Amino acid sequence: MTLLVDSIAKQFGRYPALKGVSFNAPEGAFVALLGPSGSGKTTLLRILGGLEVADAGRITFGTLDWMSMAARERRAGFVFQQYALFRHMTVARNIAFGLEVRPRSQRPSRKEIAHRVEELLRLVQLAGLGDRYPSQLSGGQRQRVALARALAIEPRMLLLDEPFGALDARVRKELRVWLRQLHDQTGITTIFVTHDQEEALQMADLVAVLNAGKIEQIGTPRELRSEPVNDFVEHFLEVQRPAVASARPLARVANFH
Amino acid sequence: MSTHTIALPRSAAGPAEDSPATRLVLIAVAIGYVGIFLLLPLVTVFSSALAGGIRQALSAVADPDALSAIRLTLIVAAISVSLNVVFGIAAAWSISKFDFRGKSLLISLIDIPFSVSPVISGLIFVLVFGMQGWFGPSLRDADVKIIFALPGIVLATTFVTFPFVARELIPLMMDQGRDEEEAAMSLGASGWRSFLRVTLPNMKWALLYAVLLCNARAMGEFGAVSVVSGHIRGLTNTMPLHVEVLYNDYQYVGAFAVAALLAMLALVTLVLKSILEWRYADEIAAVHRH
Repeated sequence: MTLLVDSIAKQFGRYPALKGVSFNAPEGAFVALLGPSGSGKTTLLRILGGLEVADAGRITFGTLDWMSMAARERRAGFVFQQYALFRHMTVARNIAFGLEVRPRSQRPSRKEIAHRVEELLRLVQLAGLGDRYPSQLSGGQRQRVALARALAIEPRMLLLDEPFGALDARVRKELRVWLRQLHDQTGITTIFVTHDQEEALQMADLVAVLNAGKIEQIGTPRELRSEPVNDFVEHFLEVQRPAVASARPLARVANFH
Repeated sequence: MSTHTIALPRSAAGPAEDSPATRLVLIAVAIGYVGIFLLLPLVTVFSSALAGGIRQALSAVADPDALSAIRLTLIVAAISVSLNVVFGIAAAWSISKFDFRGKSLLISLIDIPFSVSPVISGLIFVLVFGMQGWFGPSLRDADVKIIFALPGIVLATTFVTFPFVARELIPLMMDQGRDEEEAAMSLGASGWRSFLRVTLPNMKWALLYAVLLCNARAMGEFGAVSVVSGHIRGLTNTMPLHVEVLYNDYQYVGAFAVAALLAMLALVTLVLKSILEWRYADEIAAVHRH
């Protein structure tokens, strides 16, 4: 299931958000869309999730003509920056939602759903909190519920929109490591939007640097660091980099525990 | 034992607190105002209704014309509130969840019934649907009666009470945004399912509150209904109109008895609302905070 994004363009009124964006990602890749605000990274992610419609271009995922499918047919697990949990439902009901709204013929039994919810709660390390409401959880816990909810539908791909943006630095660092490990366990193709170059370089296999609606460069963290193609990429990667602690290689992160 | 309670001096007011005198005056003004302008008329209505004893009051309410007015009022309120719930939700939904041209115009238009005098709104319907109105001749040919009949009263009441539902829902739904609907969609829910399982539960308290207020207003509407009803006793008189008729006929006890019943319907509405708020305080708080 290779993801092929071909010349995607999108205009909001007279403002061009994306001016022909193309990239490929192999199956199971962890791709970061990195760029300053207004660079179009979130728009691209929302187009992949079916929450926005592109004006032009093609997206295929494996053999699927992605653009001809409605959002609800794509089974793309979308994780929002502000969690977007259903506030009137318990954590367990939130996670079960995607299974409960399936047409009757494809819906698992009540028992299976409950079992699956328990499994997912354990996976995101929230076992025992199924009866809580989202308002009773911390930000980091809410984001893990959102992830469990997205995973419940057995997503074809995971789309994460600055998932740690609203969290404090310590929780953010913990979740980064945890999310990367989760990805390695599940092997789901993951697209991840961030404006934090350290986060992108640390977590992703492939980083696409966006600027003003175009991809400036896409490559592995190593390639980007050693051979930035232009001033923008070099500048963007450097400016945000703390003077001492430069981005660590992925191998060290994986051995974190 | 290390658990001592330290007694603070009672009068220690924080720096941001007003002096006791200011507080007392403000509270007295508020209570006095509510008492004179809201409570006193209500007490008067009930005491006048019971001036001739409860038997007389009951027989006034049991009068066939009064019963017909009560029935008509309940029917009209039921239809108008239902219509306004459907269209109020539709308006609030489209305003808060979609972007389109003329959105701010639509928001202003919703307020028209609040800013136009009810009598004028009644007249508009007479001009449109009355015998001499735009559609008058064709309606007569089709044998459809709107003015001086139930449809006209429903139209006028619906018009006057339209903003209650939409106005209550729009700020709440704007505040809640569309994230949850988008999440529902990406999880595989159809638009209808997402509405039933996400949007509706999120607005149910505001909706209930709006329905109660809308209902109270619909039952009490006088001006607009007065113009379109034609005051046919036992046929097109609603409760407020019946009260006026009785009052003009010098049947004070009857007038106040029906008025008291109308006031009671409104009071029941308010009590219901308070009970619900008290009973579900936690859940209401959970929906608003996030």
